Amino acid sequence: MEAFRFNRASTLNQAIQSAAQSTTAQQGAEVRFVAGGTTLIDLMKLRVERPKEVVDINGLALDRIESTPTGGLIIGALAHNSDVAHHATVQRDYAVLSQALLSGASPQLRNMATTGGNLLQRTRCVYFRDTAHACNKREPGTGCSAIDGHNRMLAILGTSKDCIATNPSDQNVALTALEATIQVQGTKGRRSIPINAFYLLPGSTPQRETVLEPGDIITSVTLPAPTPGSHSLYLKLRDRAAYEFALASAAIVIKVDNGKIHFARVALGGVGTRPWRSLEAEAVLQGRAPDTATFRNAAEAALKDARPASENGFKVELSKRCLVRALTMSVQPA
Amino acid sequence: MTKHVPDTEVERATSEEAARDNEDSKPLFGRVSRRSFLSNLGAAGIAATAPPLLGAVSSPLPAALAVPDSALSVEGTVPVKLRINGEDHHLQLDPRTTLLDCLRENLNLPGTKKGCDHGQCGACTVHINGRRVNSCLSFAVMHPDDEITTIEGIGQPGHLHPMQAAFVEHDGYQCGYCTSGQIMSAVALLKEPVGPTDDDVKQAMYGNICRCGAYPNIVAAVQYARKHA
Repeated sequence: MEAFRFNRASTLNQAIQSAAQSTTAQQGAEVRFVAGGTTLIDLMKLRVERPKEVVDINGLALDRIESTPTGGLIIGALAHNSDVAHHATVQRDYAVLSQALLSGASPQLRNMATTGGNLLQRTRCVYFRDTAHACNKREPGTGCSAIDGHNRMLAILGTSKDCIATNPSDQNVALTALEATIQVQGTKGRRSIPINAFYLLPGSTPQRETVLEPGDIITSVTLPAPTPGSHSLYLKLRDRAAYEFALASAAIVIKVDNGKIHFARVALGGVGTRPWRSLEAEAVLQGRAPDTATFRNAAEAALKDARPASENGFKVELSKRCLVRALTMSVQPA
Repeated sequence: MTKHVPDTEVERATSEEAARDNEDSKPLFGRVSRRSFLSNLGAAGIAATAPPLLGAVSSPLPAALAVPDSALSVEGTVPVKLRINGEDHHLQLDPRTTLLDCLRENLNLPGTKKGCDHGQCGACTVHINGRRVNSCLSFAVMHPDDEITTIEGIGQPGHLHPMQAAFVEHDGYQCGYCTSGQIMSAVALLKEPVGPTDDDVKQAMYGNICRCGAYPNIVAAVQYARKHA
């Protein structure tokens, strides 16, 4: 691991000023925040991340989970994944988020990992994680080793000729279906970023993963009040029953009224270069009967533009079946 | 650190250190601990600069491990006070030092094991403020205000933690390398919302892997401890 300066931020402003010194908030950042450390320290050991300065933000008071006056929820950026997953309001009103969090990592990692850190988790692509291999995300312009290499775990949606790396998160797929907003504070003040506008497609700049700029710090994630009568769930399919990333997953928020789908929100995991909100599936579902035919049509629409690589063609069918199964489960009586 | 040490000095160091080993800890070969024995071997005469005190939780650290004033001027190191098993330690650390390496190498608490060093096996599990975490994925300097508990801190030979006793009783290990992490994970689990069945325990313990495959006995040990705690 390369040597770095270590500092603790005691105020938000201190953290922002430290991070503002970095030339980028993306891959290659010279200044990094450390919260849980489960992504950053992992990547620093691999020399994928080589910050010159690490700023410990755990002293900042950003770990509360509080209801809003309008019935929504504010989840502090430093709230631990385990605390969010076991929170009574989350389990009652945003079950998909609790299920997604509990399906990921391990109890130990969930005790360390934070909401903000989870938003910024990095791809598990073996070539990104191995500095001996060419990787456009880690070192722009060097090429993508995965396209002609081992790509079974990689993306089929949102890919480009320069990068096919999957976003491996469960939390963020659930937050996408819940239409979360990410609260950020930076050198120019505060802003609110809808999660659907937070992540970038790789395109020709796979090293840029989010819209964050130097100095930006995520302070919280806000969730809108749940619609009365709606249900949500998360379905994750993977090679092992535990402690493994998704091959395909689906986060559903749905309300059925008088035998018709009143509204539905669909996000897919394991298959996209970012958490994949599927407006195409939602358009099929809206106003229709919640039956198998509708669900299959929605799945077809969701995966219509899938472009598999050499080893992950199976994900197209798997993701469709995952979505159909998740929708079927979501409308079953409790 | 290494230095060339003639054989007679090795013998003297070994026996001196054997005398200093805590009598209660019952290390492997009579009065010499495994780590000190291995540390003192070697054709190049590699010798530990300070004797380790395996299992001696309540003994003070030997003088050689206390921070000398000259260390404060070592460039790039950071001072930190860590509270481990109820004892404070004042250290001057390279910030790259993980909590795991600090425990094993700086504090001579080698009960916590390094399996994968990447948060994927759970062998390094310790408690921070009562919660189980992977010590390999945290920097030691991040924890000045935390209560850290290691396997050395939950029980000792002669007065084992009920979970340790359950692991012994139910043969919950083979090579023993994952065992510290399994026990630390299981002890933390006692205070978490976990369902009553064996499947629930497996679900709660999946962050600790065992290459020897002692899982059925591990689950049995955990379930026994849960019922009799």
